[in-house]
Formats: sequence, C-alpha cells, structure tokens
Amino acid sequence: METLIPLIPALPISGFVFSALFGRRIQARFGKPAASLVPVGLIVAAWAIAMVVAYGALSHAEPFGETGHGVTLWEWIPAGSLTVNAGLYVDALTAILLVVVTTVGMLVHIYSIGYMGHDPGYWRFFAYLNLFMFSMLLLVLADSWLVIFVAWELVGLCSYLLIGFWYRRRSAALAAKKAFIVNRVGDVGFALGIMAIFVNTGTLNVRESIEKLIAPDATLAIPLVVVALLVFAGAIGKSAQFPLHVWLPDAMEGPTPVSALIHAATMVNAGVYLVARANPIFGHAPEAMVVVASIGIFTAILAASIAFTQTDIKRVLAYSTVSQLGYMFAALGVGAWVAAVFHLFAQGFTKGLLFLDSGSVIHAVHDEQDMRRMGGLAKKIPITYWTMLIGSLAMAGIPPLVPFFSKDEILAGAFKNGFLVVWLVGFIVAGMTAFYMFRLIGLTFWGTSRVDPSVEPKIHESPRSMTIPLVLLALATAVLGVIVGWPLDGGLIHQWLAPIFEETIAFAGHAEQPFELFGIDGALVLASVTIAVLGIVGAWRLFGVELFGLRLGGQPERVRELSARLPFLYRASLNKWWFDELYDLLFIRIGGRVAAGLWWFDRVVIDGTVNGTGTVAATAGRGLRRIQTGRVQNYALGITLGLLVMAGSYLLIVGR
Amino acid sequence: MDISTLPLLSIITFLPLAGAILIAFIPRGSVTATRGAALGVALVTWVFSLFLLLGFSPTHTPFQFVEVADWIPVFGIRYQLGADGLSVALVVLTTTLTWISILASFGPIRERVKEYMISFLILEVGMVGVFLALDLFLFYIFWEIVLVPMYLIIGIWGGSNRIYATIKFVLYTLVGSLLMLVAILGTAFTFQAATGSWTGAFDFESLRNFASAGGFSATFQLFAFLAFFLAFAIKVPMFPFHTWLPDAHVEAPTAGSVILAGILLKLGGYGFIRFALPLFPDAAHTLAPAIIVLSLIAIIYGAIVALVQPDLKKLVAYSSVSHMGFVTLGIFIFQPQGLQGAILQMVSHGLITGALFLLVGVIYERTHDRAIAKMGGLGGPVPVYAAAFGFFVFASAGLPGLSGFVGEFLVLLGAFVYNPLVAAVAALVMILGAGYLLWMFQRVAFGDLSEFLRGLGHHLTDMRPVEMLTLVPLGTLVVVFGLFPGLILDLVQGTVATVLRDVGTGTAINLLFWQ
Repeated sequence: METLIPLIPALPISGFVFSALFGRRIQARFGKPAASLVPVGLIVAAWAIAMVVAYGALSHAEPFGETGHGVTLWEWIPAGSLTVNAGLYVDALTAILLVVVTTVGMLVHIYSIGYMGHDPGYWRFFAYLNLFMFSMLLLVLADSWLVIFVAWELVGLCSYLLIGFWYRRRSAALAAKKAFIVNRVGDVGFALGIMAIFVNTGTLNVRESIEKLIAPDATLAIPLVVVALLVFAGAIGKSAQFPLHVWLPDAMEGPTPVSALIHAATMVNAGVYLVARANPIFGHAPEAMVVVASIGIFTAILAASIAFTQTDIKRVLAYSTVSQLGYMFAALGVGAWVAAVFHLFAQGFTKGLLFLDSGSVIHAVHDEQDMRRMGGLAKKIPITYWTMLIGSLAMAGIPPLVPFFSKDEILAGAFKNGFLVVWLVGFIVAGMTAFYMFRLIGLTFWGTSRVDPSVEPKIHESPRSMTIPLVLLALATAVLGVIVGWPLDGGLIHQWLAPIFEETIAFAGHAEQPFELFGIDGALVLASVTIAVLGIVGAWRLFGVELFGLRLGGQPERVRELSARLPFLYRASLNKWWFDELYDLLFIRIGGRVAAGLWWFDRVVIDGTVNGTGTVAATAGRGLRRIQTGRVQNYALGITLGLLVMAGSYLLIVGR
Repeated sequence: MDISTLPLLSIITFLPLAGAILIAFIPRGSVTATRGAALGVALVTWVFSLFLLLGFSPTHTPFQFVEVADWIPVFGIRYQLGADGLSVALVVLTTTLTWISILASFGPIRERVKEYMISFLILEVGMVGVFLALDLFLFYIFWEIVLVPMYLIIGIWGGSNRIYATIKFVLYTLVGSLLMLVAILGTAFTFQAATGSWTGAFDFESLRNFASAGGFSATFQLFAFLAFFLAFAIKVPMFPFHTWLPDAHVEAPTAGSVILAGILLKLGGYGFIRFALPLFPDAAHTLAPAIIVLSLIAIIYGAIVALVQPDLKKLVAYSSVSHMGFVTLGIFIFQPQGLQGAILQMVSHGLITGALFLLVGVIYERTHDRAIAKMGGLGGPVPVYAAAFGFFVFASAGLPGLSGFVGEFLVLLGAFVYNPLVAAVAALVMILGAGYLLWMFQRVAFGDLSEFLRGLGHHLTDMRPVEMLTLVPLGTLVVVFGLFPGLILDLVQGTVATVLRDVGTGTAINLLFWQ
C-alpha cells in the first residue's frame, strides 16, 4: 500500500506532464490516437490500482482496518509551530470517492477519444483531463486541510481551463472566469475555516484536528459552529449551492465530457465530500447542521424549478445536478450521513451517464444543444436513447435503479429524524425531477423531428469509443443499487461507511428506529415512487410519449396555456429567478463604478496631493529665488529680522 | 581553495562594480562584447551568491561571513558586512533577477548599450550592499546608490513620459531616505550620548543590544521609527505613498520594471524587518495597528484599482501594491507565521511579478503597445506565450502548489491569530485577485485575434529561445518554492526568531475597538 496509494495520483500527474511537454509534437507526428495513448492508458492503470486499494479499504482489510491507512510523503511547510505534511490517507469514505472518480474518469477519458476526435486541441484536452484527475484524486486522498485546499483550488483551475477549452468563444471564456471567481468566494470561507481550525487545535492534520475540536474538554478560541459554517462556505461554492449556484449552468460551455466528469460526477461532489469528511465538526454543531439542511433543500427546489423551462439539453441536466447536490446537503444536514454519500455515489454514475448521453445527442445532431430543434431521435440513435432512458428513470427514482435507493434513504432519514419540512420539500422535488427528466426525454427522443433539415440526413449513432462507456455506465446505474443498497435497512454501503459516521450519529442521539417495510418505511417508499410516477405521467401528458407501443402526442398548446396562466412562475423559471441579473448589477455595474471611482481617487486625490506638493515646492523655490537679490543690505535686514524673531520667541517660550 | 577564507560578501557586492569598470573600457562599437561581458559578470556574481547560499548554515545565528574594517573611526563608522538567512535569500534573488534582466535586455536595448549595462551592474552593487550592510551609515550609502542607476535607467531608456516618471521616483524616495538619514544620525547621537563613545554608534548589532536594553526613549523611538517608516513605506510602496510606482513601471524599460518590482520594493520590506523593528520595538508596537490598517487598505485598494487598469504594466503595478500589502501586514502582526509568510511573499512576488513584467515586455516588443483593449486571442497565434502568461497569472493569483500561495496563506494565518477580522478582510483579495488577473488574461489570450494584432501579421511571433531562457528559471523556482517552501522557511527561521525576540510577539488586538 505504501507505493500503491501514492501511485493513484502520481500516474495522472505524470500523464499531464508528459502530454504538456510532448503531446503537441506527438499529435502532429503520429496523429491523434497516439496522443491519447499515454494519458488514457495511465488513467486506466490508476483505475486498476484504485480498485485494489478501495477494495481493501471497503472490506476493512489490513492495513486499513476500520479507521483507514495513511502514507506521509514529505514535510511540505515547516513554519514554526505549523508543520504541514504532504500525506495521503485512505478510509472507506475516500475509497467510495476513489471508485466514483476513477471509474467515471476512466470512462470519460475513453469517451473523449471519440468525442474530441475532430478537435485540433486534442492533446491539450487530455493534458487538462489528466491534471484534473490528479487534482481530484489528491482532494479525496489528502490528510491535511491545507493539502485538501490545494487540491480544491487545483480542481478549480482545471475546471477553468476546461470550461474555457474553446477559448475563442467569448461565452466560454466568460463562463470559465465566472466559475473560478464564484468558487473563490466560497474558497475564502474555506481558507478562513482552515485557519480557524489551526488556531483552535494547532494542527492542520484532518484527523488530529477533528479529534481535538470535538474533545469534551476542548477550549476553542473560535466556536465550532463558526468553523463548520466557514468550511461549509467552501462546499457551497464548489458544489454550486444557493447563493453561489450561478456558475454551474454556465460551465456547460465546456466540452460535454468535461460537464460529465467535472460538473456532474466528481468535482461538484467535492463539497459533499468535504462536509462528510468533517462530519464530527458538523455533528457537534447542530446549528450549522440546520444551515446545511436549509441551504441544501432550498437549492434543491430552486434548481428543479429552473430545470422546468430550460431548452438547452445540457442546462436542464446542469440544474438537475444542482438540485441533486442540494438533496445531498439536505441529507447531510438532517444527519442522514450514509444516505448523502450513497446519493453522491449514485449520482456520480447516473449523472455521468446522462451527460455523456447528452454529448452523444449533441454529437449526433451536429453540435445542436437546443431541444426545440431535436425530437424523434429515438430510432436514429438507439444506444444513446436506451441508455439515456435508463438514466432518466433512475433520476426519477424508479426502483431498482441506484438513485431510487439513495433518494429513498435521504427522504426516510429526513422524516425519521424529525425534519418534516425537509422531507416534504424533498418529496415535491422528487416529483419535479421525474417531470423535467421526462420532458427532456420527450422533447429529445419522441414525437416528430424538429431537427434542421440540412442536418437531418446526417444524424448517426456515435462511435464505439463513445457508446461503450454509455452502456457500462447504464449497467452500473441499473445494478449497483441492488448490490450496495439492498436490503433497504442496511446494504453494503452501510457496512462500509458505518465506522466513519458512527461517533457523529451517536452524538446526535436520534432514536434508533427499526426498519418497517410494512410500516412507516414502506409508506415513505410508496409515497416517493408514487410521486415519481405522477411526475413522469404528467410529463407524458404534456410532452408526449412513445414507449412499448404506448403512443401519445405532445400538447404544445397546453404547455403554452399553462405558462400563460402562471406568468410569474414561468418567467421566473425561464430567467433562473434573475440571479445573474442581480449579481451583474451588484458586482459588475456597481462594483465597476466603485473601482473606477477609486481609480479616480488615486489619480486625482492621492497623486494630486503628491504632484501638488511638488508644484508648491517648485513654486516656492521660484518665489524664494527673488530673495537672493545679491544686495548685502537685504541680507543684513533678513538676518536682523531673523534674530529678532528668534530672540522674541526665546523670551516668549523660555522666559515664562 | 577554501571558500571560507574569501571575503565572500565583498566579492558578491563589488564584483559587479569591477565588471562595470571593465565594461567602461570596451569600445563603444562592440555591442556584443558589452552584452556578453555584462551577462558574464552577472552570472559569476550569481555563482558566488550560490556559494554563499550553500556555505550558509541556517541553524547558526546571527550573522555569518562577517567582514569588518574601520572606515571613519572618529564616529565609529565601519565597513561591515554580514549575512543572515534573510540577507542570503534576498541576495540570491537579486543576483538571479539581475542576470535574467540583463539577458532580457539584449533584444530591447539597442541604444547606449554600454551605459545601460554599467547602470545595471552598479544597481546590483547597491541592492546587494543594502541586504548585506550591518553598519547603518554604510546601509544608507548603498540605499542611495540604488537610486542613481535606476534614475538613469528609467530616464534614458524609458518610455515617452520618462522624465516625469523618473523625477517623481527619485524625489519621492529621496524625501523618505533623507528623513531616514536624519533618524540614523539621531540614533547614533543618542547612542553616543548614552554611552559616551562613538564606538558602535552605527553598528547594527550594538544598536540592537542598546535598543533591547531600553536605551531609546519612547518619544525618540516614535520619531525615529516614523522617519524609517516613511523611507521604507515609500519604497514598498504602502498606501498612500504608492503613486510613483505605476508611473515608474509604465515608463521603465522591461528589465527596469523587473528589478523595480522584483528587488527595489523588497528593500522596504527588508528595512522594516532588519532595522525598524529591532531598533524601535515599542514604537513599532504603538503604530502597528495603524500600519496594519494601511496594509489592509493597500491589499484591497490595490486589487480594486487593478481591476480597471487599461494598461498591462499599470495593472501589474497595482497588483504589486496589493501583494506588497501582504508583506507589511505579515511583518506588523508580529507572529512567526506572519513574518515567515512575509519573507516568502517577498521572494515569491519578486519571481512572479518579475516574470509578469518580462511577459509584458515580450508582447510590447512585438506590438509596441500595452493597452489591454487592443489585445485579444493570443492563445491562437502564440500558444507558448499564452501558456506562459497563464502560468504566471495563476501564480500571481495565489494558486496552491505555486510559491505565491504559501506566503499569502502564512500571512493570513498569522493575521488570523492576531485578529480573525483582519484575516477575513485580507482574504477577500483571493476573489479580487482572481478577478483582475483572470479578466486581464481573458482579454489578452482568449477570444478571436484582435484587429490590432491581426494587423501585425508575421511580426507576431511566439517566444524566442532567449525569452524562454529568462522565464523558465523563474517558472521553475515558482514551482519549487511552491512545493518545497521549506527551502526558504528553514533559511530564514533564525532571522524570524531573532526579530521576534527583539520586537516581541504581538498580542491580539481587537481592531474594531482599538484606540
């Protein structure tokens, strides 16, 4: 393990260095496949190693045991009382993330071979992807807050580079910048949180500091709830929660494999991972937990409401991602820790699948992303269609697909731990999710084609390098739930993660409630499945359906009528509740005025004073020059006067 | 040959002077020989400074390689050089940036090459001397020596408004340094009056011992400190003494900007740490809250003003004001992490901002323009340039893994210990910094190639090998110090401990309510 664990991040970073140095020349000389050989190969190798490590950690085998196993690399910062080691640590929580990150990452790499095949920046794309894999793996492996922060910023950098990958597009450049800066807002909080942890405990090691923070006799300079909320600020930024959610939909400007890997399956989950990692801190600060749950569930319904009316296929999925991340935070906040991580695991595969599917759709209709110019694609791109259907059913929460299990555990957790509002909103969001997912399926795959006639004959299924990852991810979405989530009251995932959250759950002291399939739990499952089905049926009524002989046309006039009847809600959803406009006003217009004003102040007031002093001195010099007349009498007069003044002042001051 | 028997510090200090004299004898026509000789001298000096780095033992305090000779014995003024970790770090930074600057001047400087190279080498004498002098009078001499060549470099080889800029630069710094001279003399007189002897009246170590024994009265400390403060604050430059900097940068030739940002600004920070804190600790404590507020203003204000700069060099200049605010903040919170962070930030700012000015110079040489509005789309025709620019932009934005991050983080950490509110305000620069840097980068590198740049046609060439040669060492150091900041932190650990022992660790003050 001493060599295997460091290899997991080492392989992708060496792939990055290799591609950055030689990628361009290899691509020019030997063609694109050659340029992808090393970066993809290394990721496959990293995946294999990660599987070995994760297997050991999840089965709690030696040397991991229940608490995990660490490797120290070198002393990064030796600064007085502060020493920060560059070290890695693997426990069950890290292992779950390793599985998601390396598996989805590997499939996205393979998918990109085909998807990016026509792009001249091919080598650059793989270099960035490798750098991202390194950063993301470092994020989940790091055992020091500061190293986590380093990785945290590095994934932000990769996100910037990949959103802005098509740098000639102004919208891409703007979206990249927006993502980085909005994330930085959260990062300020996270950085301050790390400092607060250091001030409280004198260490930045994750486990040591947590132990000291929650020790019963701990005297804290900064209260635990402040620490927790500062750390949570970082999570809000990275996981695109209200009020920092605005960057993620714009991030869809990046190539679709990037949206799948970074902006759906891995990086945006980093915030959830962070809170889960710091679970004892949050668990011992119940006020912070309430904030986490509130922000999470509010984001869930806010984003779901926006997803209703978006017409860009990737934006619907992006808002869906934001909404599902909100679910995870709600789960964390109500103390359903395992369910939150389970949902992360489930969404990693399902959302990754859906985004890759959307990429395949976009590829098929020649870079069209607007669903109003799609329709009737089911027959033409069958693999994409069937895999996306599985993904959408999964998102809707239909058993036995994997998100059904995780979402159900979240709702049950909220209900049983007494957060009835969270449960109710989550319940409504479940129905909304089913609705907008099948609106998407209906608009894209069913009904009559609205594709541009010039593109229509050229629609084709994607190459095998793209469809194989789709099939594999669909398979994972279909079976993983039963494997890790069954039985409902204590599947494998509970056995894996139990030691991580044991102490926190015990501290919260929620009464141990038995699982009753023919009681409350069964009722909750029934309720959430029912509302999911209602959502699906509602979407079918409005947007049509063609499935197993069931055929029903869409009713665009009903849609228009409904929108007209709810003008405010419709416009709010369409305009994303005007957050972009608000931020533009506050930070670009007003902020810009402030900056321009300060610059004026700098030139006119500060520099004006400096130059004014200079001018006064020069003028005074010119004036004083007249005194030097060269006449002795004048000088004598001056000396006399001076003497008188001096003597007078001497008498005045000393003589008193 | 045993290195320890050599007067290593004098060699490093005066080798460039010997080189300057040598160059004076090279005929005016042989430009290549002049350039080669200058680069050669700078490189040899650099190698000697590396000997110093290797020979220096960080565990052994305080000063090493000390050289002493009587100079003006009547007043106890001596020629006295010595190095501690801080000096070594800054001397090596100076010698490194000097040869890089000379190399970077090969292309742009075509007029009066001889005088230019002589100025640069004499500049190096002054800068290295400042970092090594242990006698206050000698320190002052070196401090003023620096001014002259920089005055010439901006005034002769500068842009269109160079005379205004260089006179402003010189007058402004001169005001500060003359007050400092008065304070130095006052310090010596006070020492002489108390001990009855001139011996040691200008000697840093004897003055420091005198100060820590409480030799300077509170009132005297306050005035002397203020005089030193003004000199150093103008050099740093701290808000509101910073307006000479954008003007000087805009008019200075590329290499002049590199040295200006890379070393000259550090003279101020060095002066605070070396002299102002240990000699006048009580005054430093009294005024620290005010200086911290000024630092915070510089950090935020510099970043906000940088947001609206239309000129690449002005933008980098205001970013320097912001970044150097971290240095003064780190110094005046009197916390070990803060002081270490401040020193690391000085080195790192020298590397990163130096590189940014080099990069601005590269594009200026091709376009003869620095207006951000005229740029755009450089990623297409000059990808290597865009990549290098992006690298240093992110380094400047404090990307973890690169050197800028550790320094800033340590300062913030120290500030947090001092007062969380101070850290919170300073941390806002993480957002603002990303704002102005990424906005600039987007306008320069992203999008379609601008009309203006398209007009240049084939003149818009990617990085030349010489230009790579100037940037690769800086980039490498930025990565190395980012991953192994211990290389510098261990080096200056002794200095930090000594200074904090002299000045005393700060106690947390609630800034909201300080009176």
